[in-house]
Amino acid sequence: MISRRDFLQASMAASAIVGASGFGQWGKLAAQQLLTQDQLLEFDTFGNVTLIHITDIHAQLKPIWFREPEINLGVGDNKGAVPHITGADFRRAYGIEDGSPSHYALTYNDFTSLARGYGRLGGIDRVATVVNAIRGDRPDAILLDGGDTWHGSYTCYHTQGQDVVNVMNMLKPDAMTFHWEFTLGSERVREHLSNLPYAALGQNIFDSEWDEPAEDFAPYKFFERGGAKVAVIGQAFPYMPIANPGWMFPEYSFGIRDERMQEMVNEVRGMGADVVVVLSHNGFDVDKAMASRVQGIDVILSGHTHDALPEPYLVNETIVVASGSNGKFVSRVDLDIRDGRMMGFKHKLIPIFADVITPDADVAAAIDAERAPFADQLNEVIGKTAEDTLLYRRGNFNGSWDDLICQALIDERDADISMSPGVRWGPSVLPGQEITREDLWNVTSMTYPNAYRTEMTGEFIHTIMEDVADNLFNEDPYYQQGGDMVRVGGMGYKIDITKPIGSRISEMTLLKTGELIDPAKTYVVAGWASVNEGTEGPAIWDVVENYIRRQGTVSVAPNTSVQVVGA
Amino acid sequence: MQITRRNTLLMTVGTAIAAAVPFKAMANADAAIDALLNGAEAGSEGLTLIAPEIAENGNTVPIEVNAPGATMIAVFAGGNPTPEVATFTFGPLAGSHSASTRMRLAGTQDVIAIAQMPDGSFVRASQEVKVTIGGCGG
Repeated sequence: MISRRDFLQASMAASAIVGASGFGQWGKLAAQQLLTQDQLLEFDTFGNVTLIHITDIHAQLKPIWFREPEINLGVGDNKGAVPHITGADFRRAYGIEDGSPSHYALTYNDFTSLARGYGRLGGIDRVATVVNAIRGDRPDAILLDGGDTWHGSYTCYHTQGQDVVNVMNMLKPDAMTFHWEFTLGSERVREHLSNLPYAALGQNIFDSEWDEPAEDFAPYKFFERGGAKVAVIGQAFPYMPIANPGWMFPEYSFGIRDERMQEMVNEVRGMGADVVVVLSHNGFDVDKAMASRVQGIDVILSGHTHDALPEPYLVNETIVVASGSNGKFVSRVDLDIRDGRMMGFKHKLIPIFADVITPDADVAAAIDAERAPFADQLNEVIGKTAEDTLLYRRGNFNGSWDDLICQALIDERDADISMSPGVRWGPSVLPGQEITREDLWNVTSMTYPNAYRTEMTGEFIHTIMEDVADNLFNEDPYYQQGGDMVRVGGMGYKIDITKPIGSRISEMTLLKTGELIDPAKTYVVAGWASVNEGTEGPAIWDVVENYIRRQGTVSVAPNTSVQVVGA
Repeated sequence: MQITRRNTLLMTVGTAIAAAVPFKAMANADAAIDALLNGAEAGSEGLTLIAPEIAENGNTVPIEVNAPGATMIAVFAGGNPTPEVATFTFGPLAGSHSASTRMRLAGTQDVIAIAQMPDGSFVRASQEVKVTIGGCGG
């Protein structure tokens, strides 16, 4: 009997890129001279099956800056566990040198200076180069897209996803699963599906009327590779109609449905699958839990929570792979499949350093062609960031982009308090940089952008805060929706993440007066991205553009209004 | 930008906020379950209750119960004013001992199923179903 442990060859991008030396410098880094494409792609082909995973691209066809989170707290069994470690703790856990390319790609510290040294990450033309290189090693490698692909940019919004679909098709994926795609509306989704040259998977996508599997999506697809039968089961985002507007896709119902996942695993095993891969948009904590509840899954390719991990996470006999977001990373997973089982694997998280990897010329031309009709709008400069202000979003409680959006809502909409959704997508803008309309749309683009203005009682605001906090900090991952905490402007609060729903949030304070929020009193609240049908108000990108234009140069002070207890 | 209150209104983050589950409702459920069990202890093996962790729509929550060999399965909504949801009975010739239905939930609460086996013993299963205002998926 061969122990799986003997075959554990998870390699880390960090050491693969720069060896053990690292750079050990904070300032100007001649990254381009030290990093080469060959180093990034270096991989001794292993076994007989190769999987390529990319997920949560959010329509970012061009290279971007993207600062990873500083605050990413786990609760219950996940307290302090992967992926809930950040910064120096993350680097120590994975043996990443300070100042190294992996430091820059995977952690938040010293982001601005490292960004200036190492340049942007991502770009689907660069991703194409990486995919083609892997296919050079293993021509029948399986390319899997974890979803959140047809959402998140100016051009994606104005073409209803067509620009991304056209570009992604050139990469020839083999299968995909879904989340934000549904916010295009179910009719548009089916239009895309009818032309999709690869499998649309989701074992948990049901017909909401009959509570039966939806006919528009297959639960799984088989691939014959290297003499092995590979079954890929799709798992779409489980909380679609709760976290996003259900009225946009009323025909579909979702849910985790791990009983059916078990049935599907048993079914494909019964049909002779030698290896079972789940292409998931569950989010990492849910995938960890599902790996322990559903028996017989070999590999989970995890998406949704935007975690990027240099090594797979092991749950018993299942490996869970997290490949980041916004086109920053591609995971390559080579598998040794023999005698109807996975005997070993080799893994590499490949950071897409845009200045190091040569763009694929055809894909680069196609991206430019998609953008050309919108060039004037995309490139229009609407303001500038001050030298002290890096605009970023990721983090459990606030990001400077959201602080800016919340301030714009208060100012432009004459409100006491503002709220901005705790989504995890949205690239960064460096200090002292021009802010273009494209930059703004990258953090606001969606099909339900209306900025509402309404009155809420203090009690109601508290209920909202508690509700969203429970979506993030419920100790049972199956009750987590995978976003971050709602961003709040004009109001401070204290949160104890260890408490149950109803008692996490306290000391809600109206910042402009310093007074505690009165449960019985009414406050004017402005916000956006409501899941309710018929929400009225101007689009959020117009509200924020007006505000930035009035400011000229935007400076965002560090947010000190959220007090976190129990972290 | 012109700001007028009139042209910009309308609610948002959630119209249907679930009120806290009243203690009285849970007491109603406990009383109904006690009456059914009539002092007997309920085991935990042999009854499967499938319900969503978070309801997509609290007004129509699909659930499924399955207890091989059972003569009866009763379903309770712990937080509803009227906790008795359904009772399914199975005759000796029943081919399967499962049932599914949809129920309305007044708010986040436990859904409880009690099955009675042919020897008269009881089995219990329960799951929390959250009714949430949602709104912030990453």
